[in-house]
Amino acid sequence: MSTVTIILIDGLVTASSLFLLSAGLSVVFGVLRILNLAHGSLFALGAFAGAILSIDYLKWGRFPQGSFVVLALSALALGAVAGPLIERGLLRWIYGREQVLQLLATYALFLILEGLQQALWGGQAYSPWVPYSLLGQMTIGGILYPRYDLLLFGVAAGAGILLWLLLNRSRFGRLVVAATHDPEMSRAMGIDLSRVYTVTFAIGTALAALGGAFWAPTITVLPGFAVDTTVVAFAVVVIGGLGSIGGAALGAVIVGVAQAAAVQWAPNLELFVIYVVMTLVLLVRPQGLFARAAVRRI
Amino acid sequence: MTRLLEVEGLEMRFGRVTAADGIDVGVASGELVGIIGPNGAGKTTFVNLVTGYLRPLGGSIRVDGDEVTGKRPYEIVRLGVARSFQIPQLFLSLPVLDNVLVALAVAEGRGLAPWRPLRERHRLEAAYAALARFGLDTDADRAAGELPEGGRKLLDVALAFALGPRLLLLDEPTSGVSAAEKHTVMATVVGALRQQSITALFIEHDMDVVRRFADRVLVLSEGRFVADGSPDEVLSDPEVRRAVAGKA
Amino acid sequence: MSRARLPAAVALAGAFCAWWFVVPAWIGFLTTVALAKGLAILGVALLLRAGLVSFGQGLFFCSGAYAAGFAIKEWGVHDALALIGLGLAAGIGVALLTGLLVARYRELFFAMLTLAFSMMLYGILVKEYATTGGSQGMTVSPVTLLGHGLGGGRAQYFFTLACVALVVLLAHRFVHSPLGQLARALRDNEIRAGYLGASVQRTVLATFVVAGGMAGLGGALEGISVGHVDPTLSYWTQSGEFVFVALLAGTGSVVAPFVGSVAFEIGRSYALTWFPDQWQIVLGVVLLGFVLFLPGGLWSAWEAAATRTRSFARRRLQPQPAVGDGG
Repeated sequence: MSTVTIILIDGLVTASSLFLLSAGLSVVFGVLRILNLAHGSLFALGAFAGAILSIDYLKWGRFPQGSFVVLALSALALGAVAGPLIERGLLRWIYGREQVLQLLATYALFLILEGLQQALWGGQAYSPWVPYSLLGQMTIGGILYPRYDLLLFGVAAGAGILLWLLLNRSRFGRLVVAATHDPEMSRAMGIDLSRVYTVTFAIGTALAALGGAFWAPTITVLPGFAVDTTVVAFAVVVIGGLGSIGGAALGAVIVGVAQAAAVQWAPNLELFVIYVVMTLVLLVRPQGLFARAAVRRI
Repeated sequence: MTRLLEVEGLEMRFGRVTAADGIDVGVASGELVGIIGPNGAGKTTFVNLVTGYLRPLGGSIRVDGDEVTGKRPYEIVRLGVARSFQIPQLFLSLPVLDNVLVALAVAEGRGLAPWRPLRERHRLEAAYAALARFGLDTDADRAAGELPEGGRKLLDVALAFALGPRLLLLDEPTSGVSAAEKHTVMATVVGALRQQSITALFIEHDMDVVRRFADRVLVLSEGRFVADGSPDEVLSDPEVRRAVAGKA
Repeated sequence: MSRARLPAAVALAGAFCAWWFVVPAWIGFLTTVALAKGLAILGVALLLRAGLVSFGQGLFFCSGAYAAGFAIKEWGVHDALALIGLGLAAGIGVALLTGLLVARYRELFFAMLTLAFSMMLYGILVKEYATTGGSQGMTVSPVTLLGHGLGGGRAQYFFTLACVALVVLLAHRFVHSPLGQLARALRDNEIRAGYLGASVQRTVLATFVVAGGMAGLGGALEGISVGHVDPTLSYWTQSGEFVFVALLAGTGSVVAPFVGSVAFEIGRSYALTWFPDQWQIVLGVVLLGFVLFLPGGLWSAWEAAATRTRSFARRRLQPQPAVGDGG
């Protein structure tokens, strides 16, 4: 199989988890106008939740296939609990403040969530490998690939489609669009903005947690393992354009493929290439590829 | 004689709203021109275009013969054009004096050296003088944000004056000033303009102010100048009265 | 230097000199490193003053540090003055280069772009094992100062202190200069600044380069003091730390970042001993507290208290007018 095909496949696999990681960040920014520097920590917490709960479930000894469901449910539960907690407990105090302060507040949240990992699980590691090995391997063009990669892709694609449907074809989606474009008018029309914000943030959290939970079976989950994921997520989202799901998907694919290409052709650039791509995109389109540029008028 | 400001065929649209529909005007050095018109006619947009804050879709703007279309505000300001705003644009957390000091330092060109203090004697004297002209010297040490609305308006105008411009565009210089004070404020401004031979255009809603202080009046309606003449001529024209009052 | 501030400045300098002899050696060493980091933090504070958050000061800090490392390894330069000069140059150079792109942005994008660039350097340093030593870093020793060895804590400490004092003096001039005040004004109203005839872009770039140069200088000093540099200096959490301390210290004084840095390093040291697993949570909560309730930093609280005391004293000490004030 040609190197290019390998790059494309590897790239798509990476893009799957990148999309799950970044879509939530993008949506939250689009609606709440806050860039959550702690987003990667939510990914990490999702990984912990998924790892711990699936390992506990497997101790029961029956229907190991159910572990996939456990992964998904633990992520959704985290989203439903931690999301509103953070939004009500922290974010609502910084709406409308200087963007500088908002950034610092979410950075503080990052410190707290990373510290939480350390405090709760410091010195421990979780390797929830069973779901990963359950699916076995497949051969594509003579190369062995874990079937789990296919699952990851499926989860990402499924989540993406559901998200798109939710935002574009549902009543809630219409509320979100209204709240995003004209908060004043929405409030005047009786839309409960604070509920929209809370639910949106919960969705963003759930997506990140989903990414983390399904990522967990492929790694060893340790406190602090996701510290650079926020930065990567930001790069993906910036490339695609803040606030756009399609942009997050496109950005994820671009970054995934670029990284895979670097691994094959220029391994020294592997950690570096994502930021180069981001810089190049910004040079050409300062708002990212799909962003709705907000022009401030005086 | 080249006119100080020469605008030809200026065009600007915001979506479906036409803010400038082929504006042509020339202003000679030393003129004091009032611009009136109904709300939303495009008066502030006109000033935004001439001073480079907006880029016109068509037409040209020349200052003293130099083409400035498409230039940024800071480039146009350096050619001797200054502007005051409908909503005063100030450095609210800085003291009133510092607002003017910064303006003077920037206007000096070489004044932005990083090793000399902002508060040099010559600059302090000039700053106090600039503030005194508008009665703001007693407020010199207050934060600009603490000034009452009228004071902020005056400071905004004072900043524009401090730049020593040849051409000054004032966007509703007396709005926010109490009715009793409007004439005194405007008299101060116009006195300073005449004293320094500054050419000025000012947007106004108060017809009395316009009648009393302007040499020439332009009426902007639906994106173009529909009348141009002396205050008496223009302000007694029934068409003008209808255009301005009808849409207000 | 305004006359009012001079005695306070001299007192502070004296305190820092005495500090070395008063505290145990390990705290003295921590202080040396903290002072070096303080230079990067001062850079952050200058940018905060202009309304910009830089989450990537680590880029320049690390560049300066590695400039010193390379100078020793590749060119056999051992003189401390030359090394910090190279650090300064590295900081300025990298800031100019990245600033050309970054200075076009504000707020969020500015912050995240600076972060991204610092992560770029991190990535390169980690991967280029052959030249940079990878994640193990490079040693920065031996270092001499005008022929004499700069080993041992005391010489390092006072050398660092001297460099920092010089930078503080220059920074003070900068802050009170037209350029420095214009930068400060940008935070309030960039549009007005443009309408005064100032190129906002160039002012931002100038401030960015000044901050970068300071951080580069600090990085070289840090490398010399510790004797070793590694890529984590450019990791985004290092930059986050700089921002944390800058916020704590506030933007009102050029000295506050250094006091804040020393307090932070010593505080962290004790916290890691007493509650290593909860340290980050404490940090986060403290930062949150500042963001929500005291965004001007500790210094603003100090200044506010000082102003209240001063005006209280003034009212008490001045004779009251017989009738109400005329105006």
